[in-house]
Formats: sequence, C-alpha cells, structure tokens
Amino acid sequence: MSAELLIAIIITVVGASTPILIAALGELVVEKAGVLNLGVEGMMLIGAVTGFIVMFTTGNPWLAVLAAAIAGMLSSMIFAFLTLSLSANQTATGLALTIFGTGLSALAGQGYSARPVDLFRSVFPAELATHPVWRVIFGYSPLVYFSLIMVFAVWWFLHKTRSGLILRAVGENDLSAHSIGYSVIGIRYAAVAFGGAMAGIAGAAFPLLLTPQWAERMTAGRGWIAVALVVFASWRPFRLLAGAYLFGLVMTVELYSKAGGGILSTIPAELWAAMPYIATVVVLVLISLRRTGSTSAPACLGKPFLATN
Amino acid sequence: MTKFNRRNVLALGGAAAALPLVGGRALAQEGPLKVGFIYIGTINDNGWNYAHNQGRLYLEEQLGDAVETTYVENVPEGPDCERVLRELAQSGHNLILATSFGYGDYVIKVAQQFPDVKFEHATGYQRSENVATYNARFHEGRAVCGTIAGHLSQTGKAGYIGSFPIPEVVMGINAFALAARKINPDFTLTPVFISTWNDPAREADAARAMADQGIDVITQHTDGPAALQVAEERGLVGGFGQGADMSAFAPNAHLTAIIDNWGPHYVDAAQAVIDGTWESGDRWPGLKEGEVVIGPYNEKIPAEVVEAAEAVKNGQIDGSFNIFTGPINDHTGTERVAAGVTLTDQELLTMDWYVEGVIPPA
Repeated sequence: MSAELLIAIIITVVGASTPILIAALGELVVEKAGVLNLGVEGMMLIGAVTGFIVMFTTGNPWLAVLAAAIAGMLSSMIFAFLTLSLSANQTATGLALTIFGTGLSALAGQGYSARPVDLFRSVFPAELATHPVWRVIFGYSPLVYFSLIMVFAVWWFLHKTRSGLILRAVGENDLSAHSIGYSVIGIRYAAVAFGGAMAGIAGAAFPLLLTPQWAERMTAGRGWIAVALVVFASWRPFRLLAGAYLFGLVMTVELYSKAGGGILSTIPAELWAAMPYIATVVVLVLISLRRTGSTSAPACLGKPFLATN
Repeated sequence: MTKFNRRNVLALGGAAAALPLVGGRALAQEGPLKVGFIYIGTINDNGWNYAHNQGRLYLEEQLGDAVETTYVENVPEGPDCERVLRELAQSGHNLILATSFGYGDYVIKVAQQFPDVKFEHATGYQRSENVATYNARFHEGRAVCGTIAGHLSQTGKAGYIGSFPIPEVVMGINAFALAARKINPDFTLTPVFISTWNDPAREADAARAMADQGIDVITQHTDGPAALQVAEERGLVGGFGQGADMSAFAPNAHLTAIIDNWGPHYVDAAQAVIDGTWESGDRWPGLKEGEVVIGPYNEKIPAEVVEAAEAVKNGQIDGSFNIFTGPINDHTGTERVAAGVTLTDQELLTMDWYVEGVIPPA
C-alpha cells in the first residue's frame, strides 16, 4: 500500500469516526450522571437538519454547528423534563425522543432535500490543508479537532475536577449526593443538556463533514452505535476514543478493500458487517473478565430519582 | 383509567381489523378508486422514492376525482411492511403498489387474504391471481451510461455502489460493464455493496474509497446524490444521476441521469382496475415506452461521445440493439451467452453472475 493511499484511508476513517465519537462523548457524561438517554439518534437528526438549514441559509458553518448544538440541547430538555421532573421511564422516553426526532427532522427538512451546501472545511492555510502529506494532520474539518479536544476535556472534567466528582457521585449514589446537599435533578438536567448539545453537533457533522446534503434519516443508526460505544468503552473517555476509531476503521477498511481488491476483499460483505458487533462482544467479555469497580456501569444508571424531604 | 392488557388490546385490534373488511367492497364501488403506495424511503430522497411519488402525483393529475391516493413512507423490508399492506387493504384501497424488492414475500402473503384487492410489486418476481409485478428496464439506461464511461474514463476503471446483489442490481452492473467494454476492452467495473438503500454518509465513504484507488467514474444504484458529490469534490470524470436528475449536486461531475418515469404505468394500472380489466402479469417497459428516460448530457461531454450514447439509446428504442446479446463471457472468461443469442427476460430476472470486466465482490 502506498503512503498516499494510507493517508487517504486515515482521512476517511477520521471522518467516519468523528460524529460517533462526539455523540458518544455526550452520552457518556449523561450516563455518568445516572441517566440513560436512548434518544441520541433522534437528537442527532434534529441537529443534522438544523445544521443543514442554517448552513444553507447563512453559509456560515460555525453558526450551523452552534444552531445544531442548541437544537440538540432543546430536544434533550423534553427528555429531561419528562424523566427528571416527571420521573417518566427513561428507556421508553428515550426511544420516544428518537422517534420524535426522526419525524420532526423529516418535517423540518421538507423542501431542503434537493439543495447542496458546502462542507465545513479545514481552517488551516491551503498549503497545509491540501498538502499531500500534511493534510493528514491539518486537512480536517474543525469538527474533528473539536471531537479530539472534547475527549480530553470530558476526561479532565470527570476525573480531575470537583464538579466532575459531584456528577459522578450523582450517578453512583443519588441519595447520598442528595443527602449532602447536591441538587441531583439540577445536575442531571445539566448533563442531559450537554449530551443533547453534543448529539446535535454530531448530527450536524453529517451534512457538514461527510456528505453535504440533507436526507431524511441520514444518520442511519449511528446514534445507536454511539450509545453502544459508551458501554463498549466502559464509561471511559479514552476507551471511547479508541472504540469510535475502531468502529470507523472497520467500516472504512471494508469499503477500501471492496473498491480496491487485495486480500481483504475476499472477506464476505456479511462478515464485514458483523465485525463491529463481534468486536463489541469480545471487548465486553474482556471487560467482564477483569472486574474492577470503575469499569462497571454507574450504579444509578436509568433509575429515576424521587427526592424526599 | 382504561386498562390495556394484552387480551383487550388484541380484542380491540381484532374488532378494528374486522370492521373495514365488511365495508371495504361497498365503499370501493361507490367512491373513487383508492390507490395505496408504500415506499421504502422518503419521498424527498431525490431518487427512487421521489420518482415513484412523482408517478403518484401524475396519476392524481391524470385521473383526477376518479382516484384517491395514499402513501406510506419509510416502510422497512420486513414484517412491518406486512402490517402496512394489511392496513391499506383493510382501509378500502383496491390497488396497492409496493415499490421495493424486499416487500415481495409479504405482498404475496397479504394478497392471499384480500383476493379482491389488486397488488402490484415493483422489481419483484413473485406473482399470483391478484399480484402483478412491474419494473422498468433501467439496465437500458445503464448501457447508455456505460457507453459514456467507456469513452471518458481515463483510468479505465469505474465503480458501482450497490445496495444488495439482487438481480435488478446485477443486471445494471452487467449492462454498464458490457457497454463500457465495447468502447474500451480493458475496462473494469468494481461493485461495492453497502447493504443499505439509504445511508448517504456510507455512500460517500464508498465513493471516497473508489476515488482514492484510481476509479474515475462512479455510478450508484442507491437512492441519493452522495456519490456524485464526492465525484464533484474530487474532480473525477464523473458519475450519473439515478432515478432523477441530480445535476444540482454536481454540476461538473453529473454526466447524465437515468430518470424513472412511473406515471404512465400508474395511470394504466389504476384505469384497468376501474374498468375491471386488470390482470396479473409482468410489465417491464423501458426506454421505448418512455418509462426510463435519459437526462440531459453534461456540456463537457464531447459531441462524438454524446452521439455514441444516443446511438445506444436509440438502438434500444427501435429494438436494433440489445446490450444482453451474445457473445457474453462471465467474469471467469467462460462463455455464458453465444453469439447472436439474447438473454430472455426470465434469464435477466434471475441473473446471478457477472460479466467479464466486473471484479466480482466476495
């Protein structure tokens, strides 16, 4: 394989992995606070359509990403109100949010499907961004650098700050956190809002980073992959990074080997399609073999918190 | 509060299911003919489903008050579509058009339970008393596209993004490769199956994988313009619109489009049901009948290439040219069709082998 092709593959892998990584990081924080939001796919679609419409009307990708984050956050507030304030079942509400987001995005996107937009391109000078070698570092959309910074930021927040400790405490033992005076509901609202904003940005990555168009259901199930990755990564940001890139790598290498021939192209399409799931099972088995406290799920994950005086 | 346990829900459902059965016939005879459409994707996909929906609108426009149409979008090819088919049949629709290959088994099943309702299944092969199949000869359009690719490709390598290796898609791959190899005998075509009809990001990544490995013409059998946009971005020779004209997405790369024009068929089918002359069968029109249309050619295509493409198109219209006339070898080099012999429709509809020049997928 030539160096040129290797660089091209890396660039495609990074593109395929980025939206999954962003959405999964958001969900990781939500779950660390003890909330299971299965609405990621729906929030991503709301983010995707919002990002597309703003990009189409203003031509400003930064504004598009911001709008997508706000739209994702607002949609997550529906979930937060129902599950945190009204103590509705989180699994059912999350699924409902996905269905709602799919429908709402389709409705909002009507009339936008035959319109092309421009991509959110690298902000580095063209000599670097399109250089045959240096593009592997400088050639990406700002969303890619954002996702990588966020991996570090989420890790730092959760494990190195007092606020992160409080958030984790809320996820591990909500009653104790409540009894020493923390607002469990308030903290969970904040976590869900962050998850919603990240899902919105992840959705916007579809029209801005991967394929500059709006198509209904264009996230095609990647929100679910993001939810699964959080478990895969055992709620750890750097494992999440590895998991998202492993996923992107498998999906991309499949296409390159099919299109270019070589030894990998002899692997049947069905086996390629199964590979991420095989990887998930293997990783889950490995994790369960060496059980330590920090690798398991937040203890209060998915349980409603009913404050008592 | 009403209690919903499994038993009373079932009872409710059963009652609801039985009611329309009683009234369905009488309703259909008095009012307009109710025609139901089910689509696998959304009507805004600018491709396959968009084209079927344009056909539905054409039907409404042509037959006016005589018909009343309903459509259901995003119906997956699975047990869900059986439910949708049954709901349409129960709500008085007397003609139901199922517009995706994978609906086949469910159409046959539901049709047995509703002998008075006529069903038509696009791209299918299973028929019964009240189930007809219909399709368009897209491969005729593919032959025109392949001719253009054979002339224009500099690397002699084209890629074909497909959903699933069903006969419909295999036929398109083979027609494209055969036509291109008539121009350039060393031409190769690489199919990449992505196992979905609608995942634009994956289509785009498949197109990137092709562009990065020396493929300079990309064609797709999926429903959107994602591959064309990559061709435009990478400055490739080009690609083709599928189902509808997609030149807005790729002004330079869009060479031409294979446009589906289902309208006239839907008018014929609805009229036949109204007149009581509807019969099961298989209808498979193409370029000649205007059900497949070749879009405008990109201005960058040299005049002699347009001429060659037009010759292939017109030859298929007047019947003097058939892309599946032998000699045709399969990808191993073995002769599959002898010189002068043309594949029959039945052979096309069960096509499961690739012609020479196609790099067979695993």
